[in-house]
Amino acid sequence: MDATMFQVLWFWLIALLIGGYFVLDGFDLGVGVLYPFLAKNEKEKAVLRRSVGPVWDGNEVWLLTAGGALFAAFPPAYATTFSGFYLAIMLVLFGLIVRAVSLEFRAHDGAWKKIWDACFFIGSFLPALLFGVAAGNVLQGIPMHANGDYAGIPLLGLLSPFTLLCGVLGLLLFITLGARWVALKAPEHSALQARAAQLALPLQLGALVVFVVASIVLFVVVQPELAGSTAVLRIVFAVLFVGGLLVSLVLHRKSDLLAFLSQAASVFFLVALWASSLFPSLVVATKGGAEAVGESITIMNGSSSEFSLMCMTIIACIGVPIVLVYHVIIYRSFRGRIADKDLASY
Amino acid sequence: MELLTDPIFLARFQFAATVIFHFVFVPLSIGIGLMMAINETRYYRTRDAQDAGATGLWVKIFAACFIVGVATGITMEFSFGTNWADYARFVGDIFGAPLAAEALFAFFLESVFLGILIFGRNRVSPRFYMVSAWLVWFGSCLSALWILIANSWMQTPAGGELSADGSKAVITDFFAAAFNPSLASRYFHTVLSVLAVGAFIALAISAWYMYKKRHPEFAMRTMRTGAVVGIVSMCLLLVSAHASAVVVSEEQPTKFALMEGMYDSEVPPLYLAGWVDEATQEVFGLGIPGGSSFLATGTWDTEFEGLNELAQTTEFDGMVVEEAPANLVFQSYHVMVLLFGVIMIILILTLIFTFRGGTITSKKWLQRLLIISPIFPMLAIQAGWLTAEYGRQPWVVYPSTTGPEGLTLLTADGVSQVVSAPEILITLLLFTVVYTFIFIALIRVVFKFIKQGPVLDAAGVAAAAVSGGTDAEEVDIVETVSVFAVAEREASRSSAQRSQAGSVQIQEGE
Repeated sequence: MDATMFQVLWFWLIALLIGGYFVLDGFDLGVGVLYPFLAKNEKEKAVLRRSVGPVWDGNEVWLLTAGGALFAAFPPAYATTFSGFYLAIMLVLFGLIVRAVSLEFRAHDGAWKKIWDACFFIGSFLPALLFGVAAGNVLQGIPMHANGDYAGIPLLGLLSPFTLLCGVLGLLLFITLGARWVALKAPEHSALQARAAQLALPLQLGALVVFVVASIVLFVVVQPELAGSTAVLRIVFAVLFVGGLLVSLVLHRKSDLLAFLSQAASVFFLVALWASSLFPSLVVATKGGAEAVGESITIMNGSSSEFSLMCMTIIACIGVPIVLVYHVIIYRSFRGRIADKDLASY
Repeated sequence: MELLTDPIFLARFQFAATVIFHFVFVPLSIGIGLMMAINETRYYRTRDAQDAGATGLWVKIFAACFIVGVATGITMEFSFGTNWADYARFVGDIFGAPLAAEALFAFFLESVFLGILIFGRNRVSPRFYMVSAWLVWFGSCLSALWILIANSWMQTPAGGELSADGSKAVITDFFAAAFNPSLASRYFHTVLSVLAVGAFIALAISAWYMYKKRHPEFAMRTMRTGAVVGIVSMCLLLVSAHASAVVVSEEQPTKFALMEGMYDSEVPPLYLAGWVDEATQEVFGLGIPGGSSFLATGTWDTEFEGLNELAQTTEFDGMVVEEAPANLVFQSYHVMVLLFGVIMIILILTLIFTFRGGTITSKKWLQRLLIISPIFPMLAIQAGWLTAEYGRQPWVVYPSTTGPEGLTLLTADGVSQVVSAPEILITLLLFTVVYTFIFIALIRVVFKFIKQGPVLDAAGVAAAAVSGGTDAEEVDIVETVSVFAVAEREASRSSAQRSQAGSVQIQEGE
């Protein structure tokens, strides 16, 4: 059974949404993880919070859009992953909840500022780590019942050397993005800016090392089939990912903006590499044991009807350009470095 | 204790608890959003620094409620996958699209322009700021539309059919599914009632200022706006309530029967209060004979089928009459109706004493009543939702009268089979802890905002300083920064006391 145009389109659209999410919320999650370590005083903390203040909420909507699109286009994949990863998803969720609230309340609630600082950190750390673990599990495959339900051990079954490496890789990349963002937004020539830029270097090298190790583990332990239509694509995206990281390293001293953008591009290409490694599967089923008899969910056997996908394509054609305009508006309105006056009520 | 090991009960309980909590904050943000936008429009016209301060207060309260709404809303979108996997598999073809569209069309709009409202006062022009306020409010109403499309489709499915293998719903007509039979009445009923909630928040805040003799101008003005928005919403609610009753009686006969406790066919009365004895299948109460018949059909003597008859039909044979939540639906419905009356009385009193010479400033009893009064519309909307969702049971996709053949699902068949009772117990416990914590934090912060009052803070308002004497249409100053310091003494005793404002304007060279 060949995949239809709409099935292929929606696979890549959802990959695009996840990529957009990992880049955009990636940097503000990274800022949250760095928050207790990078900021040395109240003012620097305020700069960090203010740097993500106007944009984090919009960035998070990419996740909700990706989740909604997965639900609508590939309901079995949405159902299997969200119920199968139940406790892990809930940890991400609680992280995002306390994080959202902490960002809003911290400025207004001085008495509880230690609690809010802790919430900001934990709420950023949990998703930043677990998104990578989840992506690793989808790639490595999970045992599935005949009805498509996850057949492994709750939570602990999701942790393997490979998935943990994916988690660490994701975490490192999010933190790097966060450091690059702070370097871009912190006051010019401030100590904070220098520290953030300096921190990005070893993190990037670390990410590169973890990527290589994870790739080796993937080929030795997980053993994906390298054949298939996307083999060339995968090589291209892998090269682009590494290239983006290297360009970011080279531009490190020249331009904070270009260093951030090339780092962001490399994260985006990593998501593209992940998606092209999966294609055309959505959730890979591993075999073994009497329980694990389910088939992999692919874009062919797991998609909504053609008509449903067509309706959604029309919705996307109307909505996506508008959303891009919103992003231009918000990032333009708050462009440039953060000045003291921006912190007046913070 | 049996219930604690029943994953279906726990999944339902968790969904109900998290959605009720979520539905405290969504109405607050939609209702307060309107107050915020109205006030900012006023400021755009007057350029009075006091109006800017008032918008500042509304933005702060709105943002706090909105963010808690966002945080608790992610739970809801995820829960269809985490706790209701089989439901997601069954309805995804139709039900997923509105959720994706909600994020795409509404959430991006709200979050981006809220960023402008919170951080952008001196970064964008006054006109753009005002437009942002309306866009945020518009976005929250749009969000309500998409989610009610999804929810109404569960009540009155349309525009789809059962797939050939019977395993799932498949969409056949997008617009028929979106504009399903109950959407219009339920959307207007919901939005109007949450606007009433916002109006009562405005009334309560103004009443508290009157009681404490603070910010008299703001209090009086906000009291007027709140009372007008409130009474208009409540009067229009009568229309949407009638429309909803008609749709329910036509499309959802078991829900209609549950609302009036009809076990056997009868001409339904409209009870004012009562009690349903589920064991003996009798209702004790005081009611208007034929009242519900009149609401649903306009005639006083139309007979409707009761639960016992309905459960005999093939359409509704999923219903076990003995297990039907008759008293719960009956009580929720009648609490809602009763509260409608209470709210109307409070509003009429407020209107009389606000607009006839403004004597409300000396009516301490009414001020006290108004301070606690947001609880009434809040309870009413929760009771309304309980009626709607419990009345739908035992189905999650209701077999409505005009619904496509066979397109129905029992709630018990929708849960995630893979998620065990202990796992849900763990998350329930976490939800309890985290949500309690958030609730306390929100109350603290919002009360603090109210105490600070509608005053400008040190961040100031560029436009307020810049626009003195300038024609409103010509002001378009982007990237103008001014430091505007206003010190208004708390608990100022007389309205004659002017706020002391000093402003320094710094034109930033680009």
